[in-house]
Amino acid sequence: MAVFGGRRRADDPDLPPGQYLTHDFPVLSAGPTPTIDPDDWEFSIRTETGGIHRWSWPELLALPSEDITVDIHCVTSWSKLGTGWRGVSLDTLFADVETGLDFVMAHSYGGYTTNLILDELLDGQAWIAYEYDGEPLAPEHGGPARLLVPHLYFWKSAKWVRRLVMQSEDHPGFWEQYGYHLHGDPWREERYA
Amino acid sequence: MRGWLTATLVAAHRLTATARGLTFSVPDWPGSDAGQHLDLRLTAPDGYQAVRSYSIASVGPGSEVELAVERLPDGEVSPFLVDELELGDGVELRGPLGGWFVWRPGDTRPVQLIAGGSGVVPFVAMMRSHARAGSAAPMRLLYSLRTPEGAYFRDELSQPGPHVTTTYHYTRAAPPGWSRAAGRLTAEDLERATLPPSDGPLTYICGPTGFVEAITAALTTLGHSPDTIRTERFGGT
Amino acid sequence: MKHLDGNVLAGPAADLFAFEATTALGRCGACGDVAALAQARVYGPPMGYVARCRSCDSVLLVIVEHEGRATLTMRGLRWVRVDA
Repeated sequence: MAVFGGRRRADDPDLPPGQYLTHDFPVLSAGPTPTIDPDDWEFSIRTETGGIHRWSWPELLALPSEDITVDIHCVTSWSKLGTGWRGVSLDTLFADVETGLDFVMAHSYGGYTTNLILDELLDGQAWIAYEYDGEPLAPEHGGPARLLVPHLYFWKSAKWVRRLVMQSEDHPGFWEQYGYHLHGDPWREERYA
Repeated sequence: MRGWLTATLVAAHRLTATARGLTFSVPDWPGSDAGQHLDLRLTAPDGYQAVRSYSIASVGPGSEVELAVERLPDGEVSPFLVDELELGDGVELRGPLGGWFVWRPGDTRPVQLIAGGSGVVPFVAMMRSHARAGSAAPMRLLYSLRTPEGAYFRDELSQPGPHVTTTYHYTRAAPPGWSRAAGRLTAEDLERATLPPSDGPLTYICGPTGFVEAITAALTTLGHSPDTIRTERFGGT
Repeated sequence: MKHLDGNVLAGPAADLFAFEATTALGRCGACGDVAALAQARVYGPPMGYVARCRSCDSVLLVIVEHEGRATLTMRGLRWVRVDA
């Protein structure tokens, strides 16, 4: 009698529970890849007082950037270790932002949304990333720029990010509305609500 | 979840070097229409489950279901089904599923079937249904695949019934002396090998997403109305 | 990312509806296009099934399944018509 085992999961201490290691980079999206002209591209942070902090594409690229190597974990169970990115830290982008609110909704070109806790985007935990593996970020992986928050499941790293909007409560974004966990910590296996 | 049926593998045979035909006995199977698919679920000892969809090659009433599974290089389920599952082993099935990508013998319109690789499986069911019903509707299969060694159900497809023809198209390596060198299906190939819009055919296209999109676009350019084209795209693993 | 057809909704929908969902006609709430749900463009598996209008890409319905539970929204459909 043959016994199905499925992919080896979580044999490796570097992998969160229930994850398996992949050497591919699977693509999963909730919609079609948006086409964004760099001349039209803009990233903004909006606060509760109506304040808008904006960066055009050249302005983003002119900011201090970091090369980082991180592990990423998808809720569909694949993990990719040691991925290389270049991006601008959200600490840099939030430097002059004044807000009394604790929560953020990330909005993407194409309409995708995901909710995050502001404290989890600061102190070196998140970036607006525009290069992957030494090359400009491909559109299917979120290019020209995506949010990168590697300590959470990768659906929180919104592709084609466009703006971060402060919110007074942790209102759910797209996948969270349909049953995915509001927080999404892979090490506590926070997959579903 | 409702609707999962217990199925036992009762027959298996090699289709190609990388694919296997599987026949399951499913006591409560309600039968199926040509073109339908099912979901197959495997459960590991620790409770982990994996579900995949497969087109059904068999058709009609009865409690046996035939599938064709291709071993995908990085697959989780297909290597198990192709290389390990043994006669007498059990899986769970849900189905039959789908009512859109279906051909029923009562339909008298000419039918054009265009398969990319393992996309031929639902069309095997359609050809079986056509034969069993003694249908006089013209039915043509254009089967695009990489090499002749990759063909599923070759013997069966080479003896189609009356009013049915099969045309093979090879994209990587054609047999010696083949009328057309290997290469991607072009608009000219389609024009030569498929029923023209003036025949009023219903067209079914099944295969990987890129294949389906390219063929649909080419047929639309040739004058086929999108309303007469039904597609079934394959996903990944 | 390339999409799948609405045919793939048949399995998840079988747990939610008594009727065969993919042949049901639906009207897009955004652009008014009427089509079988099988003709929708489906993104998202295996996280979920996001069925979008073949004409305007607006979300018609979403099904997320996990751990024996299915969540469905059909807000993007103005109506659905099923043959009895």
